[in-house]
Amino acid sequence: MRRFNEVRPQALAAWRRLEQGFDRAFSATGNPLRQLGGLGLLAFWLLAASGIYLYAFLDTSAAGAYRSIVDLSEQQPWLGGLLRSLHRYAADAFVILLAAHLLREWLHGHYRGARRYSWLTGLPPIALVFASAIGGFWLHWDRLGQYSAIATAEWLDALPLLAAPLARNFLAAGAVSDRLFSLFVFVHLGVPLLLLFALWFHIQRLTHATVWPPRALGAGLLFTLLVLAAAAPVASHAPADLATVPHALRLDWVLLFIHPLAEALSPAVAWALVGGGLLTLFALPFLPQPARIPVAVVDAANCNGCRRCFADCPFAAITMVPHPNQKETPGRPKFSGSPSGGRSPQGGDLGGTHAVSRQMAVVDADLCTSCGICAGACPSSTPFRSVTELVTGIDLPSSPIGALRQRMQRGLAALTAPRPILVFGCDHGAAVGPLAGPDVAAFSLVCTGQLPPSFVEYALRDGAAGVLVSGCQPGGCEFRLGPRWTEQRLLGLREPHLRAEVPRERLEVAWADAGEEASLHRALARLRERVREMQGVVGPKPKAASHA
Amino acid sequence: MPDLKLERPALSASAWIGQVLLYALFALVIGVFSQWPIYQHLAPDLALIKLSFTHTGKPVGECRAQSEAELAKLPPNMRAPMKCPRERSPVSVEVDIGGVTALRRSAAPSGLSRDGASAVYQRLVVPAGEQRIAVRLNDDARRPGFTYRREATVRLAPAQVLVIDFDAEKGGITLE
Repeated sequence: MRRFNEVRPQALAAWRRLEQGFDRAFSATGNPLRQLGGLGLLAFWLLAASGIYLYAFLDTSAAGAYRSIVDLSEQQPWLGGLLRSLHRYAADAFVILLAAHLLREWLHGHYRGARRYSWLTGLPPIALVFASAIGGFWLHWDRLGQYSAIATAEWLDALPLLAAPLARNFLAAGAVSDRLFSLFVFVHLGVPLLLLFALWFHIQRLTHATVWPPRALGAGLLFTLLVLAAAAPVASHAPADLATVPHALRLDWVLLFIHPLAEALSPAVAWALVGGGLLTLFALPFLPQPARIPVAVVDAANCNGCRRCFADCPFAAITMVPHPNQKETPGRPKFSGSPSGGRSPQGGDLGGTHAVSRQMAVVDADLCTSCGICAGACPSSTPFRSVTELVTGIDLPSSPIGALRQRMQRGLAALTAPRPILVFGCDHGAAVGPLAGPDVAAFSLVCTGQLPPSFVEYALRDGAAGVLVSGCQPGGCEFRLGPRWTEQRLLGLREPHLRAEVPRERLEVAWADAGEEASLHRALARLRERVREMQGVVGPKPKAASHA
Repeated sequence: MPDLKLERPALSASAWIGQVLLYALFALVIGVFSQWPIYQHLAPDLALIKLSFTHTGKPVGECRAQSEAELAKLPPNMRAPMKCPRERSPVSVEVDIGGVTALRRSAAPSGLSRDGASAVYQRLVVPAGEQRIAVRLNDDARRPGFTYRREATVRLAPAQVLVIDFDAEKGGITLE
């Protein structure tokens, strides 16, 4: 177990280096290694679309299936043939993307805590993907389909489930009836429907789940698969013949590797490997884990029921309930029960003329990842509030907003340079600590999304010449949405927003993952250069004592 | 729109080339491993014998007449004069190829009461060419030895599948 825990950080560091390499080619926003889930879903939809077309031409009888697919490839090489090849290659791509997605989530430790649900619901689809993909080969009923069907039956027969061996269905030429072929059709069409249902479960507890990759990336995947389909069309083997054994096969190793594995090791050992592997993955969330950071807590007295935390929580951990201090709040939209209900896409209130009961946020501890994005969304988190102790509506007990204001005030007061700079970063992105110096105070948050944008204005009015905000690369946020919400808040596209009066030339934003500290240094150098060129005093003297 | 500058430089020519190369690598991986290396499921000079049957063995014991006292204890609709054991015999089978025993199996009857059929599915890879095959099967635990026998000389072509089955209506052991 110890060795297991030692391997993961090293592997994660290697994965991050790979991601950074891909950043150079795709840019951070279009990096496929950070969009594996969305790309996988795109491959699924490509499979569905091409499969629907192919099914329209498939003769679903044992005698006619082979001829119908060969005819499709020969008579419609530029549509049927292309889509047939696309169908196969999209399945290969789906499996590769799925494996990479699983690996990435494991490396990031996204199997524990509140993410247990997504991890566990993500495992059954693996079995469904392979069941569906393998069943697809049977439908063609060529030598490869024959081999796969018999190998699958022999593998299933190793389980003590059925009184009669399934493989007996393939003993003689006439054994494969149209009735059995209907079962093949059901496997290849019914299992993907189950898969779709399972994927819906998989993303149930994610708000704003990425179900499509960025447009350019999606187009890149589609174009790549189409070029491959055109350059190397999938060819049929000879038609199935149960009187002989197919011996030399152009096997799809991505989808059918289990057959040679079961042959080489014995079906029972292959079951042990597959079952053991899946059980291990299922068991991961239940193994001893590091202590969880205390989850966010709501302070009823400071929660006005604005629903911003409800809209911004990446894991749907917040629900709205009637406020214990009930009173009517005119003009507030009715609670719809959905994360986006009653709010614009940018998170602003849509307004309304009816009155509803005042609400309050409630945190579901089982779903909360303790990212603090809710605290960054809370309007009560503004440091301008003239209270001695800043208590916000929703906050992280281990890293409260009030403590951040104090740290910021003290840090700013300690800087002696004429043009001090404050840096806000996150614990999972590029380390901001090493940036600290005579003119720089650095603060690392749990997530950048924890930073209320008003802190930027407060820092500038309190004596900072400039503010650098940093966080993980787009798509690389440990808590999914931190940089996205932060960027939208700073751009004024999401509430709470950074006021338009704040001079943007004194603000620098840099997204950098762990290991990309050089990017932060460059951003700091740019900001330092800009504030150095500013004339006169850039802000009032620090007033750290006022709220300390 | 506020004038906030984010560090997102446009992609350079080398980045575009890198993208093309990475997409090409992805396509290459899929294109290659979707059909290569060729899998040799069975060597060209071999053939396959599949021994497979589902057959319900004989009852493990004899039927016996129930006494009047036993019948009287039963509900009227269940007073069958003969009582037979429900459990079936396991089916034992031996296959000799070229005079050497290549397979010896005993298949237990299925079902919780062991009253179902016994099933066997076994592959035997043999060299192609002429083979002397002897099959022996016993489906009655009350009788020693074998209740069915079949011997034949067959010529197997490379990759040919020979199925050894059991069909009581065809006289027992079949080779097809």
